[in-house]
Amino acid sequence: MAPRKSPPTLLLTGISSRLGRMIARSLHTEYRVIGVDPRGGVHMPRDVTVHALDLRRRKAEDIFRRNRIDAVIHLPPEAPAAQTMDDHRNASVVGTQKVLDYCQKHDIPKVVILSTAAVYGPRPDNPQFLTEEAPLLAGTRHHLMRDLVETDMYATSFFWRHPEVDTVVLRPVHLVGRLNNAASQYLRLPRTPTILGFDPMMQIISSEDLITALTRSLKPGIRGVFNVAGPPPLPLSELVRRARHTNLPLPEPLVRAMLAVKIGGGTAAVSAMQVEYLKFVCMVDDSRARDTLRYTPRLDVAQTLAPISR
Amino acid sequence: MHDEVRETIELLLEREQSEGYDPFGFRPKILEQVLPVAHFLYRHWFRVEPHGLENVPDGRLLLIANHSGQLPFDGMMIGTALVLDRRPPRVVRGMVERWVPTLPFVSQFFARAGQVVGTPANARALLEREELLMVFPEGARGISKTFDRRYQLEEFGLGFMRLALETNTPIVPIGVVGAEEQLPSFYNAKGLARLFGMPSVPVSPTLVLPLPVKYRIYFGEPLHFEGDPDDEDRVIRERVDTVTAAIRALLDRGLRERTGIFS
Repeated sequence: MAPRKSPPTLLLTGISSRLGRMIARSLHTEYRVIGVDPRGGVHMPRDVTVHALDLRRRKAEDIFRRNRIDAVIHLPPEAPAAQTMDDHRNASVVGTQKVLDYCQKHDIPKVVILSTAAVYGPRPDNPQFLTEEAPLLAGTRHHLMRDLVETDMYATSFFWRHPEVDTVVLRPVHLVGRLNNAASQYLRLPRTPTILGFDPMMQIISSEDLITALTRSLKPGIRGVFNVAGPPPLPLSELVRRARHTNLPLPEPLVRAMLAVKIGGGTAAVSAMQVEYLKFVCMVDDSRARDTLRYTPRLDVAQTLAPISR
Repeated sequence: MHDEVRETIELLLEREQSEGYDPFGFRPKILEQVLPVAHFLYRHWFRVEPHGLENVPDGRLLLIANHSGQLPFDGMMIGTALVLDRRPPRVVRGMVERWVPTLPFVSQFFARAGQVVGTPANARALLEREELLMVFPEGARGISKTFDRRYQLEEFGLGFMRLALETNTPIVPIGVVGAEEQLPSFYNAKGLARLFGMPSVPVSPTLVLPLPVKYRIYFGEPLHFEGDPDDEDRVIRERVDTVTAAIRALLDRGLRERTGIFS
């Protein structure tokens, strides 16, 4: 490859989340990383610039105007505990719409949107492994899930409407690590409530493997929707056991109540990890990612669970 | 535990990862709980006589059998034959109704025992993993038919043939003789069945305890089919008829060979 004068520029939204910081740390040697996050930058590598901005503010567009951005990675906001329904919808759905509009307006060649495999929804009649063509049936009941589905749908329709932008939508399975997402919080509980009589197969993925998939998506020419899975699936009870936590099978209403208190401090944010995910399968077929992104998970189940294990 | 059961389980666990689960949630170790019961039914209750087990090859395979007897002991006995009397043993994977995952405990048990939810995608995935899949194309109509229609085949569904063509899977036809007499039903209370959302409510003098009839299971030679899986029904139906005829022949042979219902 010809020597480059300067590394390509990458814009990373939601950079101050734990996952955002991990991504910044692993990509800042290869890319000039610019971050946007209303929380501002904390614990960032020195060569990373962070704009303390909300994406919905007009000033956010200046970042697109003033930099020659080669790629955007968009991390929709996590669900903070105290947000109201409208706040969240606004931040996640409207934030994503804004980012994609700017990408199109300022001729950004590549944008990667991090969605989630949870959008397919856990259902008793799901095939064991859902492909990218499966309908997004999550979130008919809860606004957080509805927002995730809406964000994903907006991103996929942007992919179809704008062939000039290489759009990638990643749908990773339950992300587990030193993170504040619902799956990590749930599996970190030392006595993990599960639903009596149900023990669905479940897929988890480490932040390392997810970052590998993200990095592969940045390659020129890669576009489309990709399921991303980690090591082979295991029953939920077995994941709990391998995290060296205690499995606590309880009747469903009790589990609902317990999770409401233990995750998200009694607020609505719990439902991001709706109890249906503890009852029915919602697993994906990741062969497209394996073939096209040449992605294979590197960490096994034990390594993936290590950050949250006892 | 019976020696034969213990030995078989050891053989199976050697081949499968003994501590593990497959992606469908099947756990070979569950056989330690299931096989002793199946062994009793197979050797002592139904005194099953398998014929033609050498016709069951390795690799991906569809087992297509007639379905009878009100309760699915026929499926259980076919599965047991392939575990106890075939060497090396092969585990049969079956498909369950789509609402089964909503049942607490039952869903868990079925998954661990290797049963998967009956969707076309799941069937394809299993065959691509070179598994052995059992299908009863007569479905509920077959198993719940009344005693006066014993050993008559109901019309076969076409799904299994499309699946076989799509995944290039050979088919082994199976004729089960004996199961028709285990729970003779004289009337299917369809109204009652609809009321409870069940496939059938058989009216039988023996209730749920099957009679100790003698089972004869005939495994026919593998059939290979080629063609377009998306062809129109008429074309697929012709191939299905070949399978139906093979099963018909196996049943006729079994009925000729048996001396009585219990012997």
